[in-house]
Amino acid sequence: MTRLFPHPLLTCALLLLWLLLTSFSLGNLVLGFGVAALASRALAAIEPERVKLRAPMALVRLFFIVGLDIMRSNYAVARLILTGGRHGRRHSGFIEIPLRLRDPAPLALLAMIITATPGTAWVEYDDETSTLLLHVFDMIETDDWVKLIGTRYESLLLEAFPA
Amino acid sequence: MTYLETLPAWIALPVAFFLVLGATLTLLGTVGLARLHSFYDRLHAPTLGTSWGAAGILLASMILVSWTEGRAVLHELVIGIFLMITTPVTMMFLGRAALHRDRIEGTPGIPGAVARSDVPIGPVSPPEGEAAFADPADAPGED
Repeated sequence: MTRLFPHPLLTCALLLLWLLLTSFSLGNLVLGFGVAALASRALAAIEPERVKLRAPMALVRLFFIVGLDIMRSNYAVARLILTGGRHGRRHSGFIEIPLRLRDPAPLALLAMIITATPGTAWVEYDDETSTLLLHVFDMIETDDWVKLIGTRYESLLLEAFPA
Repeated sequence: MTYLETLPAWIALPVAFFLVLGATLTLLGTVGLARLHSFYDRLHAPTLGTSWGAAGILLASMILVSWTEGRAVLHELVIGIFLMITTPVTMMFLGRAALHRDRIEGTPGIPGAVARSDVPIGPVSPPEGEAAFADPADAPGED
């Protein structure tokens, strides 16, 4: 089973994508499944390690939390741009955040979250010390940002992807 | 424009709301890109357009086309997913390139690189023995 479908998650995602882009029919289901299975085997040749997703519900929870945070920070950054950065009192700066995550898959997800949230930008990640260098648009409290990333996002990612 | 007039208000209102919301946020993002002063600040402004700016326009499109086609049209989700996946790549390229340059130039206020065994940290002058390998254009004081 694992030899036939080395990346089951990717196979499912590609099949869904195929059905979204075409219209649903039996022929498209079979064709899409064939393409997805081939593509996941091709990926297995260059990336043999499987993504171990243990708790998908944690990801669903994370999705809603992030959705809410993105809305909030959209509003915050839009207001800062309109008011000229609270009339010149806004400071931006770098923050170093020690991460517990090590696997590439959850790290990629964290990168997507941080990039999609206006106000935070992923600048550099060092895999030897596992520190993330973050640029924050509106610095209020350094510790708050470390806590926000660590408890709000990272612990859920750790729950979903066991180390 | 004729078929748009046949839209009922309960479809037209959310479509208009999401369209205006997305367009406004995208516009604000570009205004920020033009008005902010430092490069790193400018990294943040366009993310307004790639997050809710895009989401608003895509939602409006989904609602409108789903109504006119008479079935759920979800192609826009694919656009949103690809946007989410690809934006971090560009942002990291830009951010790291700027950081690398600032470290080489020794700009104040830039955090230094984490000390690593295999990567030298700039600005450094190469040790005497390795000077032969250094590109003459990179030598300090040339530019």
